[in-house]
Amino acid sequence: MGMDFSTLRTLISRYCAGEENCVDTRTVYIGHKEPPPGAEAFIQQRFPDNRIVSSKYTFWNFIPKNMFEQFRRVANFYFLIIFLVQLIIDTPTSPVTSGLPLFFVIIVTAIKQGYEDWLRHKADKAVNQCLVQVVQHGKVSRKHSRKLTVGDVVYVKEDESFPCDLILLSSSRDDGTCYVTTASLDGESSHKTYHAIQDTKAYKTEEEVNYIHATIDCEQPQPDLYKFRGNINIYMGNEPVSRSLASQNLLLRGATLKNTEYIYGVAIYTGMETKMALNYQSKSQKRSAVEKSMNAFLVVYLCILISKAVINTALKYVWQADPNRDEPWYNGKTESERQRHVLIRAFTDFLAFMVLFNYIIPVSMYVTVEMQKFLGSYFIMWDDEMFDEELGERAVVNTSDLNEELGQVEYVFTDKTGTLTENNMEFIECCVDGNVYVPHIICNGQVMPGAAGIDMIDTSPGPEAREREELFFRALCLCHTVQVKEEETVDGIKHGIHQGKSSSFYISSSPDEVALVEGMKRLGFTYLRLKDGQMEILNREDEIERFELLEVLTFDSVRRRMSVIVRSSTGELYLFCKGADSSIFPRVVSGKMEQIKARVERNAVEGLRTLCVAYRRLSPEQYEQVCHLLTRAKLEFQDQDKLVAEAYDLIERDLILLGATAVEDRLQEKAADTIESLHKAGMKVWVLTGDKMETAAATCYASKLFRRSTQILELTTKRTEEQSLHDVLFELSRTVLRHYGSMPRDASSGLSSEYIDYGLIIDGATLSAVMRPSQEDSNSGNYKEIFLEICRNCSAVLCCRMAPLQKAQIVKMIKSSKEHPITLAIGDGANDVSMILEAHVGIGIMGKEGRQAVRNSDYAIPKFKHLKKMLLVHGHYYYIRISELVQYFFYKNVCFIFPQFLYQFFCGFSQQPLYDTAYLTLYNISFTSLPILLYSLMEQHINMDILKKEPTLYRDIAKNSLLTWPIFIYWTVLGVYDAIVMFFGAYFLFDNTTFTSNGQLMTTNTQMMFGNWTFGTLVFTVLVFTVTFKLALDTHYWTWINHFVIWGSLVFFVVFSLLWGGIIWPFLNYQRMYYVFMQMLSSGPAWLSIILLITASLLPDVVKKVFWRALWPTTTERIQAKRRRLASEPSTIFMLSQTSSRISF
Amino acid sequence: MMASSYKDEDGHITVSGSGAAAGGGGGSLRNKKPENTAFKQQRLPAWQPILTAGTVLPAFFIIGLMFIPIGIGLYVTSNNIKEFEVDYTGAEMSSPCFTCSQNFSWNSTKPCTCSVPFHLDQPYESNVFMYYGLSNFYQNHRRYVKSRDDSQLNGNEESLRKPSKECEPYAKQGNKPIAPCGAIANSMFNDSLELIYNDPNGSKVQIPLTATGIAWWTDKHVKFRNPGAENTNLTVAFQGTTRPVNWRRPVFQLDSDPDNNGFINEDFIVWMRTAALPTFRKLYRIIQRRSNVHPTLPCGNYTLEVVYNYPVRSFEGRKRMILSTISWMGGKNPFLGIAYISVGSVCFLLGVLLLIIHHKFGNRNNPAEISH
Repeated sequence: MGMDFSTLRTLISRYCAGEENCVDTRTVYIGHKEPPPGAEAFIQQRFPDNRIVSSKYTFWNFIPKNMFEQFRRVANFYFLIIFLVQLIIDTPTSPVTSGLPLFFVIIVTAIKQGYEDWLRHKADKAVNQCLVQVVQHGKVSRKHSRKLTVGDVVYVKEDESFPCDLILLSSSRDDGTCYVTTASLDGESSHKTYHAIQDTKAYKTEEEVNYIHATIDCEQPQPDLYKFRGNINIYMGNEPVSRSLASQNLLLRGATLKNTEYIYGVAIYTGMETKMALNYQSKSQKRSAVEKSMNAFLVVYLCILISKAVINTALKYVWQADPNRDEPWYNGKTESERQRHVLIRAFTDFLAFMVLFNYIIPVSMYVTVEMQKFLGSYFIMWDDEMFDEELGERAVVNTSDLNEELGQVEYVFTDKTGTLTENNMEFIECCVDGNVYVPHIICNGQVMPGAAGIDMIDTSPGPEAREREELFFRALCLCHTVQVKEEETVDGIKHGIHQGKSSSFYISSSPDEVALVEGMKRLGFTYLRLKDGQMEILNREDEIERFELLEVLTFDSVRRRMSVIVRSSTGELYLFCKGADSSIFPRVVSGKMEQIKARVERNAVEGLRTLCVAYRRLSPEQYEQVCHLLTRAKLEFQDQDKLVAEAYDLIERDLILLGATAVEDRLQEKAADTIESLHKAGMKVWVLTGDKMETAAATCYASKLFRRSTQILELTTKRTEEQSLHDVLFELSRTVLRHYGSMPRDASSGLSSEYIDYGLIIDGATLSAVMRPSQEDSNSGNYKEIFLEICRNCSAVLCCRMAPLQKAQIVKMIKSSKEHPITLAIGDGANDVSMILEAHVGIGIMGKEGRQAVRNSDYAIPKFKHLKKMLLVHGHYYYIRISELVQYFFYKNVCFIFPQFLYQFFCGFSQQPLYDTAYLTLYNISFTSLPILLYSLMEQHINMDILKKEPTLYRDIAKNSLLTWPIFIYWTVLGVYDAIVMFFGAYFLFDNTTFTSNGQLMTTNTQMMFGNWTFGTLVFTVLVFTVTFKLALDTHYWTWINHFVIWGSLVFFVVFSLLWGGIIWPFLNYQRMYYVFMQMLSSGPAWLSIILLITASLLPDVVKKVFWRALWPTTTERIQAKRRRLASEPSTIFMLSQTSSRISF
Repeated sequence: MMASSYKDEDGHITVSGSGAAAGGGGGSLRNKKPENTAFKQQRLPAWQPILTAGTVLPAFFIIGLMFIPIGIGLYVTSNNIKEFEVDYTGAEMSSPCFTCSQNFSWNSTKPCTCSVPFHLDQPYESNVFMYYGLSNFYQNHRRYVKSRDDSQLNGNEESLRKPSKECEPYAKQGNKPIAPCGAIANSMFNDSLELIYNDPNGSKVQIPLTATGIAWWTDKHVKFRNPGAENTNLTVAFQGTTRPVNWRRPVFQLDSDPDNNGFINEDFIVWMRTAALPTFRKLYRIIQRRSNVHPTLPCGNYTLEVVYNYPVRSFEGRKRMILSTISWMGGKNPFLGIAYISVGSVCFLLGVLLLIIHHKFGNRNNPAEISH
């Protein structure tokens, strides 16, 4: 909905801004100067001001809007309706009973939201009022941020953040660059370089800036932080000059200027149109499986509620058919009641019954569930074992709605790079024309002094080869987007790098590049810096070589390569290209392809990441052509991406292969152990990677995803080239199914040693063939089914060569397959975001590839190994806890309401409540709420160390096994049984007519006169004790808090009852409870019957538990029993075991 | 940029992650490290009981062994209680009260009386409680239960003049407020019962009946109060009000004893405590034990003299008079004893069954249990 609002807002603001603004581009006049006549029409467009409005409410609309939003939730609305019914018609219980809890909830939520909105208002105000410096008429003046308009030229100093989205005009640096950190936007704290427009970078003072005369055409605002297209027309020379603008020219609001003294920029997007504001939209809400079953149970209870009301209404009118029952002489109706139409009366009766029984769906359950989730999620954040010393990060919970879903995961989709592996790249070797070079000091990415030695594996090269070798090294030194991070002065950089000290280091969005550049440094070629468009390299002879950087053809995941065009100091033009072997080889015309290919494959099998390097010498004419192609592509707005890609495709061809590199990406610590545990826990682990098959497969073996015994099934392009996809699929499915057909049915659940597991490898191309919607024949729908069937029987699947969107597609496919398994996606990079959003649970790793995965995830953990505790311990606990919470809530309300239903049969279906109003109101709020809340926060049916040691325990709760219909029915039946015991126990105590053996009519009585309220109080007392003891019986982990809360709430009930009946309450118009509780307790039979009824109510559950445990124990119960044996005191009735704890609370 | 951290979705409670603070660098490292307390690490010392056959067995036997004797005790006690019941509804032709029940009219000025003879086989020792019982009388009907004004009954002058709306249609008659208002009060049981002992020597002895001490002390002394000051004449205090429509006398003439008149009349208080179920009995009188030598009610022939004022035939109700002795556990109540015996035996049997299971299956499934 948040998204809807913002879209709507944008639409409205656009509409208000006028017709001309509805086009796809906007024109910005720098400094509000008109373009020279004839250049283009001067149309002053209207843009919103720079006011940021993040608050939802204003002072005036807070109450209606907030109420509206709250009552839009079905539960709240239901309770509101009940409340209104109670207000309007004459109902058995006072409106207070449902109004009080409802308004408590509503008001608490409203206060919370109001407070948050007040904070937002404050933040907005601070942001909108803050002063910014604007160049006006050649002078810098200050104005409020909110008054900033599009076209203003803004002056920003170091460490200030940008007040709106700006196009960088000039900076204090000579080369027109500036450094920016976008930590508050996407969490990446690294410094990024932005470039000023070439033609304006020389205008460095306010007077000079004032001379800039140009207009900017750019697209309308869009939320993608990393996309921007536009161009600038400069009217300062004789000819208007047009230049393209890209995201590297755009400074985003929220980012902070670093390492740069000041900049000038022109505002192009302001206020709510800035990219930051457009990114406010919230993610779509994910719902957990538990929530879904909870809603299903609710529907059942709603049906029960309605049918109870209908049955009672019907019976009431059958019973009342006799006028002497309807209105006996002692119980007359008022005149208005008599005159009411029978249908209206029936309807009011129906509503009254609804109100009487409405407690069966308690408001408090929603509150408790929300509280449990919210408070429970803190245990994840507090977990010491999920803290990573190295990163200084702990687990982050972005949504607490999915805690229990962590205990239900069936499929784990994991990214490889940065998730399974460390993404800490280490240069291993390079291969130039078949000669292999290995830097002999391997130092894990750290630059060590004297690292210039090279081990030649093959014969030393001749002079021609030497030239090619140096060209290869230069290519790697030049073909990248690495920046040198400067810690000190400009002199310090050169010094620092030269000395190999850590005072300066390389930064790049891709760790591979850093590894390569560092590897080159160890091989003798050091990249120094990029200055004034000149790349400086320190070669083996300690000479500085300069290359002019002409073009960068940036990396993208579709092309899987990048290129640079440079001009050497001698004037020669080179295109250097590096990329994945599959994207380089088809474009290569010469070079020692065979040897290099062999080497690349060998390295890939070892799990190394390989890149190929190629070059092409460009003649000046060719270069002209290239420039032409690029500029034309970049000037276009529509389909620019496509055109640029086409241009790149034309440029990067006829390459000469130089060599290949190999970089190792080590497995993350305990990755193998984690995967093994997940497997044992019954989860299927899929690795989805963009890497090539051999590398990925090697990683899979290393991480024990595939074991030696695993039979690998391949579904790759290579195979489908030989056979048709159809045949391959059928063959594989036969293999898998034949095996399973011969196995006993239940074998899959055990861990028998004969169990052959299959591993499947599929690549992106084949996958898209499988997934392709049917075109020629209707078989393709089948393909998907067959494919799923194969996958289902494989314990591990590796999908390689995947595009980010394909990752999400796979997740979606599994998610929507017929078992609807619960999926979890884990990844660290931007390419994993789509699958993180798609999966039921998305987990982000706080890796090196930025923060996007973390931002979009539901939970974020520092390392892959933390997934084990997250799922096996936290997930398991949360699932156990919340399922008990849900079932117990329904149970205790059945116990609560069913006696009231039974009572209707004895009070002429008159909707007489059994319990007093105070009891009706407080039952769910205070008498029975805290014990279950604490249970749902503290319960540990098994020690967490055992859960970690025995991953198979996770299978016990798979498939939502604690919230299945049989269990739900068991709880409900138990509730009904307890209700019957309590009600009829009290009933027989109060009144029964039986014929004893001597045929004499006998009736029982109690000594003093007990009325209907005593009857209700007796039932209620038994009820409160029974449901609390039931929870106590279910509690396996009694900390002092549990003791305090469970016994405390019983004591509270007794004290409250004594107090409630001990005083004539002046504000009440009835005194029906006066001394009722005390009188009851002063009677012997009441005590005896309370004890008896509690025992009788609890008996079946205890018996069931004990019998099931003895006859059909679950794995969990066996482990519990084993634990018990290990404890040293076997003679006590209950085992008292203290958790080993180094620290006391 | 600040604003982004306060964004939440649709009122759901969300935990805002500390993502935005990531740029902080090394300084935040120590802050981010979770506190290593037992609570936060979920490692609080705890007692971890498990319900197994072995642990529950003793409990079952203990419950069985405790409940069965209690049950037997209760049952014996209950059986020792003497109870006699006589139905005087007058629904049958043979019944002495048939005429009265047939000719009932609210307006009759002359009360109808009838005498019901009965015979006690056993002498009743100690105090005997005399009850009246009504059947098929829905005192727990919602419209009936709420039809009262507790503040009027508590002596509130304002409520006396202006009874609560809940009392409708028994709140006012004409312009005068009804005191006590409401359906409960209006339908107060008004048969008067007298017990005559037909001495074998021919004389008829009226059994003295005590009308006080039958209501809860707190009701009589706190909850129910007459309006006006302590010693005001009740006639004055109730001036301006009228009697309930079905009453023959106003509320201030319920009893001659000033401590048992008006709202604090005990018959009235007993009636005002609405019964839980449609068949109920209410304490009417207590027959005090007078000497240690003679039983309170010797065996023999008795006559119950009824002034028949209360109609029940219209709703097929029954009226009874019950005489009962009591014990420490109250009146006659075989249910509790039987229930205790049954629950106790079930527990005991389950205990035996568990013992078998424990030995047969427990060992097979958990070798752990051998140690027992």
